[in-house]
Amino acid sequence: MPPVTIEWYVALSVILFLIGSMGVLLRRNAIILFMSIEMMLNSANLLFVAFARYLGDLDGQVLVFFVITVAAAEVAVGLALIVAIFRTKHSINIDEINLMKG
Amino acid sequence: MGNPIVFLILAGVAIVAAIMMVTSRNAVYSALWLVLNFSAIAIFYLLLNAPFIAMVQITVYAGAIMVLFLFVIMLLGAEQLRGVTAAIGGERWQQVLAVFSGLLLLGTMGILVFQGMGDGGDTAVTINSSPAALGVRLFEVYTFPFELTGILLLAAMIGVAIFSFKKKKKEES
Repeated sequence: MPPVTIEWYVALSVILFLIGSMGVLLRRNAIILFMSIEMMLNSANLLFVAFARYLGDLDGQVLVFFVITVAAAEVAVGLALIVAIFRTKHSINIDEINLMKG
Repeated sequence: MGNPIVFLILAGVAIVAAIMMVTSRNAVYSALWLVLNFSAIAIFYLLLNAPFIAMVQITVYAGAIMVLFLFVIMLLGAEQLRGVTAAIGGERWQQVLAVFSGLLLLGTMGILVFQGMGDGGDTAVTINSSPAALGVRLFEVYTFPFELTGILLLAAMIGVAIFSFKKKKKEES
């Protein structure tokens, strides 16, 4: 069996990113949309760590740390938004959320 | 950079979990599949000599963030979306366009992956990536971004508090 090279990790990361973007484009449930975005962030993180190992540089891991922090803040604000929208419209179907006001 | 068999098994688990997450009709199942996906990626981090990031992945992503997701899903009762029975929604042309652009992305990435980086081989460099080394790098080189992260988290916290506070006042009046 051939040894695992960086290309394997790039391919896995691309596939995971693609599944996440398909989820964002095809699903209508706002919460599942959010989860798909989290998965896309995660595939980028995987690539950061793989290249940190490949290049022997610790900076990739530090960057992943920052990405995780931003993702945590994003999830908190995004879920608060979803709860606020659900209170006014009683739905989180993104096809029904088409007004800036009301 | 890891044993090929271990890599393939883990990659299979991660991809199957990702596909199940996107196609599940019940949002709770989606969240649980996502936990499995995050755990598989955490094991990848261990394989890639990043133990601290792996533990952060488990505690922050698979722990805190997914608990928040499950909490909101169950709070809203949004397991199954009202009015939408199919897992995949939207107009027909939107679906076709989405799949087409996805395939386009996959094609371009495939060309880049399998033609662009030619050197191949297991040339991974082993570095000291203990939590202590990571902390030294974080506080010596990336001090300012680290401080900015604190401000970002504070802003997010205040934003969420304002959201819930405003709603409460509106309901009273």
